[in-house]
Amino acid sequence: MKDKIEALRQETEAAIAQTETGRGLYEQKLKFQAALKTVMSGMKDLAKEDRPAFGKIVNEFKQAIEAQFEARALVVREMEMQKKYAAERVDITMPGKSYKAGALHPITLVKNQLIDIFAGMGFKVFEGPEIETDYYNFTALNTPKDHPARDMQDTFYLAENLLLRTQTSAGQIRVMEKNAPPIKILSPGRVFRSDDDATHSPMFHQMEGLVVDKGITLCDLQGMLAEFAKKMFDSSTKVRLRPSYFPFTEPSVEVDLSCSECGGKGCRLCKGTGWIEVLGAGMVNRHVLENCGVDPDEYTGFAFGMGIERIAMLKYGINNIKTLFENDMRFIAQFED
Amino acid sequence: MKAPFSWLKDYVDIEVTAEELAEKLFSCGFEVEELVYLGEKISRVVVGEVKALTPHPDSDHLQVCVVDCGEQYGRDLQIVTGASNVYVGMKTPCALDGSTVVDGEEVKKIKKGKLRGVESFGMLCSGGELGINDDYYAGAEVDGLLDLDKSAPIGEDIRKIVGLDDWIFDISVTANRPDCQCIVGIAREVAAVLKKPFKAPNVAFTANKTNAKEIGVEVQAPELCPRYVGRYVENIVGVKTPAWMRKRLALSGIRSISPVVDITNFVLLEMGQPMHAFDADELEGGKIVVRRAKNGEKIVTLDEKELTLCSENLVICDGDKPVALAGIMGGLNSGIKDTTKNVFFESAKFARDNVRKTSRALGQSSDSSSRFEKGVDAYTNAVGMARALHLIEELGCGTVTDMSRDVCAVSLAPRKMTASIQKINALLGIEVPNAEISAILSRLDFKPEISGDTLTVEIPGYRDDVDNYPDLAEEIIRMYGYEHITPTFLEKASVTGGGLTDGQKRELHLKNVLRVQGFSEAYNYSFYSPKDFELMKLPENDLLRNAVKILNPISEELSVMRTFLAPSMLQNAVRNLRRGNDVGRLFEVANVYVPNNTAASEQPEERKHVVLGIWGGDNDFFDMKGAVERLGEAFRLEFAFERAGKTYLHPGVSAKIILDKNNVGELGELDPAIALSLGLDKKVYLAEIDLTAIETAMDDRVRYTNLPKFPAVDRDLALIADEALTCGQIEEVLLHSCKYVTKARLFDVYRGGQVPEGKKSMAFTLTFTPDQNAEKAFTPETLDGFVKKILGNLKFKLGVELR
Repeated sequence: MKDKIEALRQETEAAIAQTETGRGLYEQKLKFQAALKTVMSGMKDLAKEDRPAFGKIVNEFKQAIEAQFEARALVVREMEMQKKYAAERVDITMPGKSYKAGALHPITLVKNQLIDIFAGMGFKVFEGPEIETDYYNFTALNTPKDHPARDMQDTFYLAENLLLRTQTSAGQIRVMEKNAPPIKILSPGRVFRSDDDATHSPMFHQMEGLVVDKGITLCDLQGMLAEFAKKMFDSSTKVRLRPSYFPFTEPSVEVDLSCSECGGKGCRLCKGTGWIEVLGAGMVNRHVLENCGVDPDEYTGFAFGMGIERIAMLKYGINNIKTLFENDMRFIAQFED
Repeated sequence: MKAPFSWLKDYVDIEVTAEELAEKLFSCGFEVEELVYLGEKISRVVVGEVKALTPHPDSDHLQVCVVDCGEQYGRDLQIVTGASNVYVGMKTPCALDGSTVVDGEEVKKIKKGKLRGVESFGMLCSGGELGINDDYYAGAEVDGLLDLDKSAPIGEDIRKIVGLDDWIFDISVTANRPDCQCIVGIAREVAAVLKKPFKAPNVAFTANKTNAKEIGVEVQAPELCPRYVGRYVENIVGVKTPAWMRKRLALSGIRSISPVVDITNFVLLEMGQPMHAFDADELEGGKIVVRRAKNGEKIVTLDEKELTLCSENLVICDGDKPVALAGIMGGLNSGIKDTTKNVFFESAKFARDNVRKTSRALGQSSDSSSRFEKGVDAYTNAVGMARALHLIEELGCGTVTDMSRDVCAVSLAPRKMTASIQKINALLGIEVPNAEISAILSRLDFKPEISGDTLTVEIPGYRDDVDNYPDLAEEIIRMYGYEHITPTFLEKASVTGGGLTDGQKRELHLKNVLRVQGFSEAYNYSFYSPKDFELMKLPENDLLRNAVKILNPISEELSVMRTFLAPSMLQNAVRNLRRGNDVGRLFEVANVYVPNNTAASEQPEERKHVVLGIWGGDNDFFDMKGAVERLGEAFRLEFAFERAGKTYLHPGVSAKIILDKNNVGELGELDPAIALSLGLDKKVYLAEIDLTAIETAMDDRVRYTNLPKFPAVDRDLALIADEALTCGQIEEVLLHSCKYVTKARLFDVYRGGQVPEGKKSMAFTLTFTPDQNAEKAFTPETLDGFVKKILGNLKFKLGVELR
């Protein structure tokens, strides 16, 4: 019997040493267990008194071999992992895979940024109609029929009294007619002017801001625009007001920002002046307040209006307004965020 | 508005440089768009005196001169010239080695060199080579060298001698300041901003008694002619317009014609008052009548154009006929001629809107009409006339008479205004010292008086734009300086809540839902071409053809307001494909415009649409359908789809999008016939949804439902169905045969092989979801039971069997 056990030991140990896979080891183990069973079956031929001693030997043998199996299992697993690592090795320089979402148009991006900035300062967003009456677009904004300022804007007419709005300022009137001060609104949208050349597009977007309340001053306008400039461009951006004229504000100002490209030193973008004209603004004209039923002796206000395309072009360095309306995928894809 | 530096200096002692003045003007509201130095193209050209002349040894038309250009440039420069008018003792412009002169529009460089073997150290110049004419310098148009006055100092920069040492300010004047559309207006601002006195032009003249036949003035249309000032000037003599005036006119690009015409042009430039001079002897009936033209009345203007008028046009008539188109151009019948003996001067105010309308309608314009369109004030009518009469005397070209007419329908009394200083400061947000307010308004000729908080001013006659205290606030701050405005942050204002409305938030959400599905955003014009309707094969009576039209479009291509967005999206796809962007997804959210059928003058309805475009790659109808479904899901909407489509879509690969039985949109493949006509080799899929129609149903609120205790289980079923059966029909039965089936999704369709002819195999994944409060998970046996029941229903209702 002992010989048989010895033979099995040698055979099994050799097999364990040669086995290199988990599966092989498992098969070897089954084989060993079967062989051991056979050996054990010979126990019935032994004398009764010899049996416990033999049983002990067999048990020890079994435990020893199983220990070897376990030890080998660790080795084999490691070998297998090494093989797996080698087999699964990839060329890490191959391109990565990703799912591409689309991109929002820069006009939307800038519009959203502007809304973010001003909504945080208490502005509600109001969108007026794109097709306006002459009254809302001009007359109520202190620009009567014979006013030379009408020449500043080439208007598309749909009927004698109906036009494509030339400015989002038209929305001011609609808001003030329906709401009593305090008013803080932001009015973004499409506007239209009969102008089509390298620097003008017959359709573009404006963002109009209006504040009407008691005790609003020109200094407040300056303060608000300074805040806007810092948030839209960077914290070092400066604001400069200079006199201008719009029929619906008095005093009216042209607002320049220090050039975002050169920081005010003067470059090609700002034509060497260090300043870039970005928007028009002013204190709401008394006639405009009166036209909307707001008492100009009780309330004052300011309004500002800017071209969204202009801001987008400055911010992203786009040099031709027409590019914005070509909708070339390669263009829009650059604005993915 | 173009203003020469030298001319401004007539009215203000300007001690700053042109650049500094431009800065100052900018700061007070007059942006100098361009500052041009007149002598820009000329350099190193000086006054030289010809000392000696010898014939060129090798040429019979060239001469060799010795020219004295002074200590600095050389006392005996040898210069060869071909000009025949050269003589010893002549003073003439000498272009030195390395100088630049004018050659037409170009700049020509002059270098020393040999002319037929003789060295020449420069070039003697003609007036043309300096870019000047007789109006700049007498004799400048002579063929040959410019013969300078003997007083010209040798070696002096020629630009100083011939009037090229000057700057032209091209000033942008805002629409509220028509008074600054003239030299004097700008000079008034210059004086105020430089804190220098303004020296007003001389307007003194003597009115001599006349025996001429009376000419009366009758204004029948005072609404179009608030003031008409007239004056009879006799004994016109043909003197030469003096050099100073010719030069002023030349700097403004106007040639000298005759003293009387020159004076009218000069007064327009200087005072901003358009003048007209009638040949008084051509005026019949002894009167001037200002009236609306009769319909069909005709006039031949000075430029010999015959115009047919209507009652919207204002005409100046004599006792018999129109003699001028008011404010625009005189009539040929009454214009000034060489033989004119007596003149009737007109200085009037015509309504700017009427001048503009008439000018546009008749296609006739002039310097005068463009000035009137900006607005001329009644105050200037009289001052302009006085200046013209003064110049008549100064030039000695006629006798000013006492026959003076002034028909005025407006008040000429100075307008007084009072304002609260506190209110002015409150508007600005700063305290401007009273002394500053007073000084600034004095400089601007408002004659301010301050008593306590009350500021009283007298508004200058030329400042029609000032009517309330904010105007004064603006006058004060633009002179005081905007740098005094310090930022504050709504110190006195109420706190308000800001942000987007729900609708605006939904739109943003919609855009992001599409973006995440790979769609990029497009922006297109709100108008397109009526040809787009043809391209989309819209039938004649299609409602989409009923578009709002622009009366004055830029072109036919941009003449109708969009009634649907698909044509724009198609153009975007086509452009992208032509540029090699083979695969793409775009969307646009924008308004379409639905005409108001009751009245064209009513505002059309603006409806918000979204359009999607997919092209190229392995995209098909179902990619587009999936995008539309996903868009719906994001707003808790379940769209239904019905076959039928639009003319621009493939009849077999398109569907109506239905929500609650309403057709809210379309989707499908672009009609291959259209694709063919556009030369597209890739398929284009379009979808358009009327967002306004689904707006109320859109729900983007997120709500949580408790998770079931036991997991949902999927079972796949492969079915054999008749070819004619649709996925939708089978899905319908699958979903309604067992209440636990929460989803039935087709994942494969197979034809051929063991599948009989006329049949197809369709594989579905069914999802069984246990009840919220179920006590145990589904057992395989339970599921088998469900499937058996479902299969029974399929067989019974549709004849569909398990494969």
